Amino acid sequence: MAVPVFAPWDDPTQKPLIQFKGVTKRFGDFTAIDNQTLDIYTREFFALLGPSGCGKTTMMRMLAGFEQPTEGQIVIGGKDMKGVPPNEREVNMMFQSYALFPHLSVWENIAFGLRRMNQPKDVLEARVEEMLRLTRLTKFAKRKPHQISGGQRQRVALARSLARAPKLLLLDEPLGALDKKLREETQFELMDIQENTGTTFVIVTHDQEEAMTVASRIAVMDEGRVIQVATPSNIYEAPNSVYVADFIGDVNIIEGAAKRAGDGYDITWAEGVPPLHTRKEEGELISIPDGGKAYLAIRPEKVAIHTEKPQGMTNAVQGRIIDVAYLGNLSTYHVRLANGTMVRAQTANTRRLALRPFTWEDEVWLSWTDTAAILLAE
Amino acid sequence: MRRLSWFNVTSLTLGFAFLYLPMVILVIYSFNASKLVTVWAGFSTKWYGELLQNQAFLDAAWVTLKVGVAASTLATVLGTMAALVLVRAGRFPGRTLFSGMIYAPLVMPEVITGLSLLLLFISLGVDRGVFTIILAHTTFAMCYVSVVVSSRLVTFDQSLEEAALDLGCSPFSAFRLVTLPIIAPAVISGWLLAFTLSLDDLVIASFTAGPSATTLPIKIFSAVRLGVSPEINALCTIMISIVAVGVIGTSLATKRAAQRQKRDEQAAARAAG
Amino acid sequence: MRKFSLVSVPYFWLLILFLVPFLIVLKISLSDTALAIPPYTPTLDLSEGWAGFKAFWSELDFENFVFLTEDALYWKAYLSSLQIAAISTTLALLVGFPIAYGMAQAPDEWRPTLMMLVILPFWTSFLIRVYSWIGILSTEGFLNQFLLWLGVIDTPLIIMNTKIAVYIGIVYTYLPFMILPIYSALEKLDGSLLEAAEDLGCTRTKAFWLITIPLSRPGIIAGCFLVFIPALGEFVIPSLLGGSETLMIGKVLWEEFFNNRDWPVASAVAVVLLAILIIPIILFQRNEQKQREAGK
Repeated sequence: MAVPVFAPWDDPTQKPLIQFKGVTKRFGDFTAIDNQTLDIYTREFFALLGPSGCGKTTMMRMLAGFEQPTEGQIVIGGKDMKGVPPNEREVNMMFQSYALFPHLSVWENIAFGLRRMNQPKDVLEARVEEMLRLTRLTKFAKRKPHQISGGQRQRVALARSLARAPKLLLLDEPLGALDKKLREETQFELMDIQENTGTTFVIVTHDQEEAMTVASRIAVMDEGRVIQVATPSNIYEAPNSVYVADFIGDVNIIEGAAKRAGDGYDITWAEGVPPLHTRKEEGELISIPDGGKAYLAIRPEKVAIHTEKPQGMTNAVQGRIIDVAYLGNLSTYHVRLANGTMVRAQTANTRRLALRPFTWEDEVWLSWTDTAAILLAE
Repeated sequence: MRRLSWFNVTSLTLGFAFLYLPMVILVIYSFNASKLVTVWAGFSTKWYGELLQNQAFLDAAWVTLKVGVAASTLATVLGTMAALVLVRAGRFPGRTLFSGMIYAPLVMPEVITGLSLLLLFISLGVDRGVFTIILAHTTFAMCYVSVVVSSRLVTFDQSLEEAALDLGCSPFSAFRLVTLPIIAPAVISGWLLAFTLSLDDLVIASFTAGPSATTLPIKIFSAVRLGVSPEINALCTIMISIVAVGVIGTSLATKRAAQRQKRDEQAAARAAG
Repeated sequence: MRKFSLVSVPYFWLLILFLVPFLIVLKISLSDTALAIPPYTPTLDLSEGWAGFKAFWSELDFENFVFLTEDALYWKAYLSSLQIAAISTTLALLVGFPIAYGMAQAPDEWRPTLMMLVILPFWTSFLIRVYSWIGILSTEGFLNQFLLWLGVIDTPLIIMNTKIAVYIGIVYTYLPFMILPIYSALEKLDGSLLEAAEDLGCTRTKAFWLITIPLSRPGIIAGCFLVFIPALGEFVIPSLLGGSETLMIGKVLWEEFFNNRDWPVASAVAVVLLAILIIPIILFQRNEQKQREAGK
């Protein structure tokens, strides 16, 4: 039985909830967002991912209404948002600093947005209680923000921004202030809440692991531009540029000259050794002129390591182990090839330490399949 | 990326006009040729000339200066000691009383401080004069100094002094060679504050001066009670300019020092990178 | 031993020149008026030992305090001081808050300059600042000249030597004390709180009342006390700007002492003034304490 896949972006009949149409934002001479077009669909958990200063926060603040686009248009739910102030948007934001009102209790913080909606008292109270239960804060309702822990504050901020049942919830680095363990737990909580409430979430983060875990789609940004928008697995397995490949996870990049050959390309990367081969996947649009510069991106876990030259493998290179990083469950071998290129190979440590055949200064062979490497033009 | 609203601009403009206009008018009319202070009759510096001829004002100015320097210096020494006691001495009998005595003069009405000191000097049979004013000014100014210095001492990293002790300093030389240079800016601003307070004080000086000594504020007060005079305007202008030059100069110097430090740090970071 | 000498020097200085004088005031306030110098009895004659102390003690009474309650002048002076201080404090808040708010909204690079502009008058002589208003407020002063020239009025306003002149004087001289604590509270205010309020459906104005005002309250309270406390015992401003009609307790004390030479009554006036001041001072201390704890 097939579970229907949630992929409204592939369905041409779906109308996006949020549309950026040629949006540019300048602060003085500085261009924060450069002519970007982007669609986000209802019930998506959409991540804006990038290093600090890439413009992801500006994108979010334009959705919230704290910044106005210099050029272009932002449409939410089919309505042009130009000139609509933050308090009249069906959008709520969870601030990076949480921005909890220090003079109000947890209960009053959550009720704050509801009080602006002129609801009857019992409706309001019921909604606050519901939010407290959802975020497991019922016991702390009377406390002030400085009397609760960081994780609890994070949940108050979430409850407060969800209380008004917004069409769209914006989360600005929501887990940045938490320690690693709590962050991982909270990621799953966030996903549960997003699913249960059916709200569209847009999250801003610089943490690629976080984006991979929670998001339905990720937009990788750099210097005011969206470089790639795709599902987490596509971002990882089929990055469209060296920048994205390098930003998400660990990657080996081998530079060379490409030439069409058979079912894909041959890449000449060093003199005196056979070229590497990569198969062209169906639907892949990349085309590189013969002899053009190209990059091969290979994830370390897809590189196998051998003592002898592997038989029947097109992609086999020889090198020397320079460093071994032991991570417990995994080991990463840093191998220098003859032309100086460093390639990392990762293996699972299924055997006890003493039984492993590789160590420093060993001459080894590395290999990968024809489909493991991705050919990139830039 | 904030922009001031028209409301903010208006309130700032009106606010600062309110703060400065009276003094600007006073300064302008000190150059008025007419004896009538509210009618402009041409530019003249004659009131400054007359002021310099007025021996009573010059004497009062001299007394004020002597009192100011002596009282603020004494107050700085005592106030710094008091700050050290407040921040460092830990528990000792009567600590609550001590800190109470430091903070109380800050909120005590001057008339009460003045009255009580006068009654003390009378019951001790001390002849009132410059000496008693210095004692009185030292007493209230030292409290201000100790507040300024102790707020700096609180943030002082005590391990610096411990390092000095570890490297062979005696406690006193550790204080002199390490602590004092670091808290020096606070001590200096404490001195300046004490000096201004002493220069400014009318009420306490009136109580404690006695007939033999007159300070400038006492002199100005008795002249002003008779109404506005261009001579007083001239005197005020001189005092305002001294303060303005002093304060602006000091703040420019600190600003420049801060900028230099920032530049040096950036240069060091570049050199290291 | 070192600690002892460090503690003892400022300690004894303050004991002798602050605490003892105050005890003397307390003692004299309980003594009778006499026309000799010093003009009060009894004096404590230490040479007579215990008997002298007993004689001294037995002659102390509350006569001067009773006198204060009987003469309407003192009642009126205390009440009018409280009233003038309260009205001036309110006015100073109304004038000072918009200035502090404007400063906190100003671009970062302006702030040190604005700050210095607020502090600078504080370094200028208090007396000069009060004096500068005489020329402005008097009947033929600049304000009246200006208003007559504008045609707003056709007879000069009488402001000088009224309570209004005293309000203006107090607001003017103590304004920096109002602005600075409010400014420092507003400056600490996290801008994202206001954005959060807007995000949750507040208009700008609503966010100002619900967030900015409550969070700057400690600064507002501190500013009000810093104006109210010194204004209550003020002497220079009422005597230069208020004329003979304006009653303030600091002025009454001064006149009682220098003009009437009634030391015991002057002392009693001082003791009562201090008793009145203790309440706002304690409230102020509590406000500061709370802020320090909140800051931790």
